[in-house]
Amino acid sequence: MNNAERTRRQLMIRFIQEFFSGDLGENIDRIPVEMRPRTEEPVRCCVYKDRAMLKYRLMALMGFGMEEETDESRRLSDYLADAKAGNNHTEPVLSVCSVGCHGCVDSHVQVSNSCVGCFARPCVGACPKQAISVVNQRSTIDRTKCINCGKCMAVCPYHAIIRNPLPCEDACPVGAIGKGEDGRVRIDFDRCIYCGKCFRSCPFSAIMERSQLAGILQAMVDGKEVIAMVAPSITDQFPGTIEQLFAALKLAGFSDIMEVALGAEMTTAHEAEEFFERMERGDILMTSSCCPAWVEAAKRHIPDIVRFVSSTPSPMAYAGQITAKAHPNAVKVFIGPCIAKRREAQADPNVDFVMTFEELGALLAAKEIDVISLEAPPLEHPAASYARNFAKSCGVSQAILQEIGEEKPDDTRPKIDEKFINGLDRKSVNLLKLYAKGKLPGNFVEVMACTGGCVGGPCSLAR
Amino acid sequence: MANKIKVEICLGTTCYVLGSFRLSALEEQLPPELKERVEVVGCACLDVCHDRNYGNAPFVRINEDRIVDNATIEKVIDILRDEYLSGGNE
Repeated sequence: MNNAERTRRQLMIRFIQEFFSGDLGENIDRIPVEMRPRTEEPVRCCVYKDRAMLKYRLMALMGFGMEEETDESRRLSDYLADAKAGNNHTEPVLSVCSVGCHGCVDSHVQVSNSCVGCFARPCVGACPKQAISVVNQRSTIDRTKCINCGKCMAVCPYHAIIRNPLPCEDACPVGAIGKGEDGRVRIDFDRCIYCGKCFRSCPFSAIMERSQLAGILQAMVDGKEVIAMVAPSITDQFPGTIEQLFAALKLAGFSDIMEVALGAEMTTAHEAEEFFERMERGDILMTSSCCPAWVEAAKRHIPDIVRFVSSTPSPMAYAGQITAKAHPNAVKVFIGPCIAKRREAQADPNVDFVMTFEELGALLAAKEIDVISLEAPPLEHPAASYARNFAKSCGVSQAILQEIGEEKPDDTRPKIDEKFINGLDRKSVNLLKLYAKGKLPGNFVEVMACTGGCVGGPCSLAR
Repeated sequence: MANKIKVEICLGTTCYVLGSFRLSALEEQLPPELKERVEVVGCACLDVCHDRNYGNAPFVRINEDRIVDNATIEKVIDILRDEYLSGGNE
């Protein structure tokens, strides 16, 4: 576990503990100082920068982006009062803290000191743009010609040519990362699909997600009925059984728990039906639609594929419908590993807040609830195992195949030929453009923005 | 042959959230000289995180008495090798 993850989680635990003890308003402005006293070695350039970043991280935990800061001397306790009253926007769900951004140089290929100016000079031959020449016994890249293809890197026997990365931009599958005039990163929210890959990749923790924790905790403190709708990817995220985990959620302050895997059962049934309807009417393709980052990517970057994206509601949407019917006045919280779900939830009247697995872990830690020591009764309505596997890559297809059942010899229904996109990156986005044009085999494409499916999500607890 | 050295990885929620989920690979990563000598198990909360000391989680306990804080696989292996393998602490 790296220092960034550790600091983020420690801060969450502290924030939640003090939120419930009622001392947060009084103490929140002290937290950055207490966590980074000047007697300790700083991690960034100095303790003051460390503290400033903790301050912005606390703002993000309350749902505020640094972009909104108009008065630098405004106290965190004032932001807290706003957050408790629901006056935080938490939109867009990602925020770049430009104070923390290192302003990394643009990704490029360069020759390191390890170059020995060898006789064979494979780099010179491999370069498709004739950008490499040898000057003073060392390969030199002409930046005006180089296209950063990396072919020279691949052939150098000394590994002397390296790629200098720009981590957030390299991680972004859709080219939504750019830079402002100050050299700091900006997210282009017209292109962003909220997959959270940049947030996870920034070595300086400068990209933050704007949390909705304050609203959820306040609802609990106010004694409201708060329902947890837990995503199928919860399995393997915590020690202990799913029954113990649900018992822990009740101790943590949720009035009731809904397994979103039950929604996944409904998604599966409808999606299977929809597939046959579409094939019968002559569609060449259908893609899954449960991954909100994928749906955004289709809308913003692959307009040709939009008509092939399944219109079946996601497991969260179904779970929200069921929960809203059973508990009309409750505060409904979806809990999952996903940032893009925040965006999906904002458009869904049946989901009030989204909590991440990381935040749930911090909540249980803050309340000192030891999951594996709990006694737990069996679940009243356990979801089917195929539905719980929905969140793994290929899980959607497998669930649908199971729903369709074994194909019989006299089966006249169209055959399903399933393909998987296991994680969105620039390459797979291009592949999907080809699928949209009917240039690749397969009639059902399951797309997961995160590698391995939701279980590899940006806010998962145990990756 | 002496009793095995018992290594308990705290799976209490605080330790788990702050990194003990990564320690489950300890058993596989034990060097050959420790492989036969060490038994790795998960355990419920060791109760060392309370007194607001959670900043030092995750915790590991060796032979019921030695607590390792900020535990990483490498740190635990170093301690096992230095303090237990030489025979001084058994």
